[in-house]
Amino acid sequence: MKVLSIALNTFRENLRDKLLYNLLIFALLMIGSSLLLMRLTLGEFHRLILDIGLGSINFFGVLIAIFVGIGLVSKEIEKKTIYTIISKPVARYQFLLGKYLGLSLTLLINTTIMAVGLLAVLYFQDVPIQIVLFEALGTIFLELMVVTAVALLFSTFTSATLSAIFTLAIFVIGHLTADLKMFGQKMEGVGRGILDGIYYFLPNLERFNLKGHVTHRLDVAGNDLVLIVAYGAVYITLLLLLASLIFQRRDFR
Amino acid sequence: MDPRTESIVWIENLSKIFRVGFWGRQMTAVDSLSLDVRQGEVFGFLGPNGAGKTTTIKILMGLIYPTSGQARLFGRGVGDPVAKAKLGFLPESPYFYDYLTSREFLGFYGHLFGLQGKVLNTRIDALLELVGMTHARDLQLRKFSKGMLQRVGIAQALINDPELVVLDEPMSGLDPVGRKEVRDLILRLKESGKTILFSSHILHDAELLCDRVAMILKGRLVASGHVSELIDQGTTHSVELVIDHLSPDGLEHLRPLMEKVVVQGDRLLAVLRHPGDVGAALEIIRAAKATLISLTPHKSSLEDLFIRMVKGQQVDGGPRP
Ligand SMILES: Nc1ncnc2c1ncn2[C@@H]1O[C@H](COP(=O)(O)OP(=O)(O)OP(=O)(O)O)[C@@H](O)[C@H]1O
Ligand SMILES: [Mg+2]
Repeated sequence: MKVLSIALNTFRENLRDKLLYNLLIFALLMIGSSLLLMRLTLGEFHRLILDIGLGSINFFGVLIAIFVGIGLVSKEIEKKTIYTIISKPVARYQFLLGKYLGLSLTLLINTTIMAVGLLAVLYFQDVPIQIVLFEALGTIFLELMVVTAVALLFSTFTSATLSAIFTLAIFVIGHLTADLKMFGQKMEGVGRGILDGIYYFLPNLERFNLKGHVTHRLDVAGNDLVLIVAYGAVYITLLLLLASLIFQRRDFR
Repeated sequence: MDPRTESIVWIENLSKIFRVGFWGRQMTAVDSLSLDVRQGEVFGFLGPNGAGKTTTIKILMGLIYPTSGQARLFGRGVGDPVAKAKLGFLPESPYFYDYLTSREFLGFYGHLFGLQGKVLNTRIDALLELVGMTHARDLQLRKFSKGMLQRVGIAQALINDPELVVLDEPMSGLDPVGRKEVRDLILRLKESGKTILFSSHILHDAELLCDRVAMILKGRLVASGHVSELIDQGTTHSVELVIDHLSPDGLEHLRPLMEKVVVQGDRLLAVLRHPGDVGAALEIIRAAKATLISLTPHKSSLEDLFIRMVKGQQVDGGPRP
């Protein structure tokens, strides 16, 4: 109940944020722009539209997750709006969870709007729509939830600016972890240890990337999907737990 | 009675040390503070800027953790949800969600207490009425003046019909009418059996409102008790005389009785050292054939006590027990 009120209030806050609409409009323009593309050979043309569309949804979703996410908690502390919440019978972890769910709801609705935009483009361009597209959209949303949890974690102990930088860094590295591991295997000793550490410790965001499957019209095995969702869920849970631990101990000053 | 469990607010030996700057220099904001607030009283928490009032209140509200010592609300640990359910809090300078309207704002806080539907709406309307903000019920908080924010802030603190109301400088930012309204409101809350703890610099307000006060300086308690006790034990009442045409001879006689003498041409301003010496002073004036223009007894106020305490602190470099 309390978590829900905070989530809904966060959602309402997001809805009254201009940044959100700007990003959303950009994303839709980007997706729509593929309507203007020259017709290439049929297969490549379809692949390009799907690539641009899914890529835009992913990219703008992450921007929203980071730039709205970092403000979630640090802004409440900086603006001292948190004072009146924490003095009410609301546990700190409930506050965090509410904030997280609120932004997740915003992201869900945004992703849905962008997805509808993409589906419209695909429909007008006669691109066949397959199940794997929806699976890819789902894992993009899951990735956004992981990124949001990372942003939330940072914003429990640093400023909004630093959180943005750190989260962006984690996002970039998160897509390179597999490369890092491969790179590490060619090294020895400490260097290898560090790269292995990064591989196991940071989120492997490439796991959520099913764009290749969509453009090449490959199916994803049911087992794999379950694993991806489980990986995301466990990672999010751990991030939120860590964020709560830090948040519980800190002073609001 | 065990004050630890029966006081509404109970603080013992509370200290808070902040680490500031790059090197983490230590800075003591609250220093071994002990006090208690009892059922049904209006308690004033006084002290100059930077004395540690807000810090203490933030510890009570569970916003920051004490470095050492204990704080309890309703006999429970600070942060206990049962205690928080009976608590209302107005922070120092009110910062709220400015994208909400008054009604959305109060509705949100109501939800946090599990209030809903008709009960909540009735409560919101009554509170907006109480703080004189009915006209701004559908206005976004970003369009509010400071005083208007203070008012919805007070409404927010009362949304759960709390037993203890903690107000950090409730009068700041309000015009004289608003201040009077807040004073009346505090008295009305007291009448309905609530306990009120508020901090203030405005000692006149404290004197009018409080059953008891605590005065702190640099984080330490320097005086506490009933207002009347503090004033009586504090300063003896002083008497000020204005005299015309006093001969130099008369002045010589008068001087030993006076704490302070100011000569302005033919006029003389003097403050008696002991109020009991009025008779002797009049005798001298009459004998010197001077004219007594006025004789004003000054009642000492919390303000005098406050100023003396602050000055004493600066001269001694340390508080007296
Ligand atoms: N977040 C903080 N970090 C470091 N020092 C702080 C912090 N907050 C307060 N202080 C210091 O603690 C001391 C007490 O501050 P506090 O805000 O409690 O005073 P106050 O009595 O409320 O003053 P005012 O009447 O001006 O509101 C001050 O010296 C202040 O510099
Ligand atoms: Mg203060």
